[in-house]
Amino acid sequence: MMHEARALLSVEDVSLAYDGREVLRNVSFSLGQGAFCGLIGSNGSGKTSLMRSILGLETSQTGIVLVAGERGLHGDVGYVPQKLQLDVDLPLRARDMVALGLDGHKFGLSWPRAKRRRLVDEMLAAVNALDFADQRVGALSGGQQQRVLIAHALIRRPKLLLLDEPLANLDLRAVAEIVTLLRGLSHEHGVTVLVSAHDMNPLLGSMDRIVYLAHGKAVSGTPSEVVRTEVLSALYGYHIDVIRVHGRVLVVAAGAADELPLVRGPHPDNSVDEHPEHVAAIP
Amino acid sequence: MFSGFMLNSWAAATMLAIVAGMVGFFVVIRGASFAAHALPLGTFPGAAAAGLAGVNPFWGLVGFALLGVAGISRLGRRQRADVATALTLITLLGVGTLCLSLSGQYAASAYALLFGQLLGVSRAALLPVGGICAGICALVLIFFRPLLLSAISPELAVARGVHAGRVELLFLALLGLATAMALPVVGALLVFSLLVGPPACARALTTRPGVAMALSVVIALVVIWAAIALSYESDWPIGFFVGALAAGAYGLGRAAAMMR
Amino acid sequence: MVGAGALLTPGFFENGPVRAALGVSFCAAMLSAMVGVFTIIRGQSFAGHALADVSSAGGAGAFLFGVNPLFGFLGLAVLGAGVLEMVGVQRARERDLATGVFLGAGLGVTALLLYFDVTMRSTSGAAISVMFGSMFAIPPGMVKLSLGLGAGAMVVMAMIHRPLLLCAAAPELAGVQGVNVRLIGFLHLLMLALAVTLSAMTIGAILSTALLIGPAAAALRLARRPGRAIGLAVVIGVAACWGGVWLAYDSYNWSGGHGWPVSFFIVTIIFTIYLASGLRRDRTMRV
Repeated sequence: MMHEARALLSVEDVSLAYDGREVLRNVSFSLGQGAFCGLIGSNGSGKTSLMRSILGLETSQTGIVLVAGERGLHGDVGYVPQKLQLDVDLPLRARDMVALGLDGHKFGLSWPRAKRRRLVDEMLAAVNALDFADQRVGALSGGQQQRVLIAHALIRRPKLLLLDEPLANLDLRAVAEIVTLLRGLSHEHGVTVLVSAHDMNPLLGSMDRIVYLAHGKAVSGTPSEVVRTEVLSALYGYHIDVIRVHGRVLVVAAGAADELPLVRGPHPDNSVDEHPEHVAAIP
Repeated sequence: MFSGFMLNSWAAATMLAIVAGMVGFFVVIRGASFAAHALPLGTFPGAAAAGLAGVNPFWGLVGFALLGVAGISRLGRRQRADVATALTLITLLGVGTLCLSLSGQYAASAYALLFGQLLGVSRAALLPVGGICAGICALVLIFFRPLLLSAISPELAVARGVHAGRVELLFLALLGLATAMALPVVGALLVFSLLVGPPACARALTTRPGVAMALSVVIALVVIWAAIALSYESDWPIGFFVGALAAGAYGLGRAAAMMR
Repeated sequence: MVGAGALLTPGFFENGPVRAALGVSFCAAMLSAMVGVFTIIRGQSFAGHALADVSSAGGAGAFLFGVNPLFGFLGLAVLGAGVLEMVGVQRARERDLATGVFLGAGLGVTALLLYFDVTMRSTSGAAISVMFGSMFAIPPGMVKLSLGLGAGAMVVMAMIHRPLLLCAAAPELAGVQGVNVRLIGFLHLLMLALAVTLSAMTIGAILSTALLIGPAAAALRLARRPGRAIGLAVVIGVAACWGGVWLAYDSYNWSGGHGWPVSFFIVTIIFTIYLASGLRRDRTMRV
């Protein structure tokens, strides 16, 4: 029950700037064990920078990142980067890619061992990737590669799994499959999962925490706490509307909502009636 | 320095600097450094092959250059560009060593072709060199915009109706011809320096593509004239001066880019 | 060996230069093929070629000062690896450009040193043996040295092969897993330098790319596993080298006393194998 007492991931007051351009400003949030958290924000809002800060890949950041109460990673974190380009001529089967997650950082020769093979098979089964385990990774579809990369990240049993835009460029069915897979990891296996996405809708039914990023600033909490007009307006610094349509959430700048007939109903052409003085004022 | 036989060299060098500056500009913005190195190197045995066949060495060079172009674009369809380039290069060189070996003048001609020779151009060769120079200039000016657009973004070029594969082939053909021209003077290994150094410098000095190309021609002229003069005075090989001056030009460009 | 000896040209294995050629080319082919696989998947074919060309300045310098050419080639190749590692952390286009300019400068120096070789020491064959190798003129002492260097390099390759593979496939992931990506990159360049040095001794500086890229390119079309790709590349490389040596030796018999160059045969064999590998490729990619 130690895990309940302290956060598994705690990000405290992290700021980051490239050449004087502020990318992250005083970002703070924390996640408990087994949380399934969406890191939501539009393109350029700082999602990838925040992930890289958590991973310790950024050198110029300020603030503190603790994983399981400690600084540094110690193999506790799995990472699936955004838009990984795997070349078609890479002589690497899906199975080899997953095995590299286990010992890719080690020097020396590796001998095929039954234990290692079993572990790899287990991971491939966990992400439902056994069917294409012996194909070249570069020749797999986007959704299949995503699963192989998740298995690669999971094989060292990390407590925290970071995925950078894993749902981008996937078709609808693959999106649903990956989300189900990730939810299972967090809720059944207790892995803390942080998924970045520019669209929160595919994650809405699954995530129990959300970190919403805009212009390098963040708010966090449960989705119902965060995805509200007043909270997000304060974050953006101007008025925005949170609209729910058919169970989907749309976050739009104020005024833009007027263009959505479904939300406000038919927009009456009443400008003349409402402001008769404008007509009268013209000589 | 300006006596009769040297005049041939000056004239040829001036023409090839103009061509190298223009074609080199596209080499740099297309990121085709390896192809620009491999084509000249793979082309040099063409002279020996021509000797065996009993034709003018210049046409041997042109033939090998076109073979290289065909090889790079053909193999490049099913292979990474850099691997396709390397494979074409080694195949041409492999055939080339045989030609050089059979032609009997192995040592002497190999050195001259690889590293350049001040007196590498005969009066008879000036005419075809001039013709090819004019042809390349015309083609570059006609196709300037498609070449530029496809270098910046192949997708954009396709959207504008430019056939990316054909532009690539045109570019390689221009490169091959420029190579065959430049080879007898500066040598196979250092044509590349002349192609890459001046435009790399010019690119740092201006933001406008047309000006950058003109500037790269000017710098190429300065490099080659200085190299000829220095080589004539010191009797050292011209290739050394071309390589050193081109690297200097590149360094200047980097410095200028850093100052901004 | 008696049966094989009867098939081959008489005196093939008894010939000292031939044995030296077989030994050194074995090391060169084996190491080049191993390093070549990683060189291709890291997209560093040009860097590999550049290192070889730049090392020729060392070879030319060694002729001038009368030292062992192996050290000349190796010194410059290692220096080149250092320079490439310094420019190596940039965008691919910029990296190629910087590599190329460095290559051009290096070749300029080669031109100058070879010129001094010819004018000051009147060794007119220097240009040929530096640029095209001297397979049948390898001093006997060189064989042990290159065997030792080759063995050392292979141990290093075996040590770093997993991080190297991970870096080649996905550098970002390697960084997260605690791999020092720059260190691995530099070690790879060093091994590349060693491989091209050994090749430069045998088939020459400008053709060493053949041993580096050819066998690896063919193997990558056929194999799906990293280990098999490397093994296949080694087999192709060694077979091409030994086949080339034998054919060149044999060519003295049918070409009228003027042997054909080894490099020609080696490149021809490699290219033929590469083309043949294309015939099988479509099937393998789908499996």
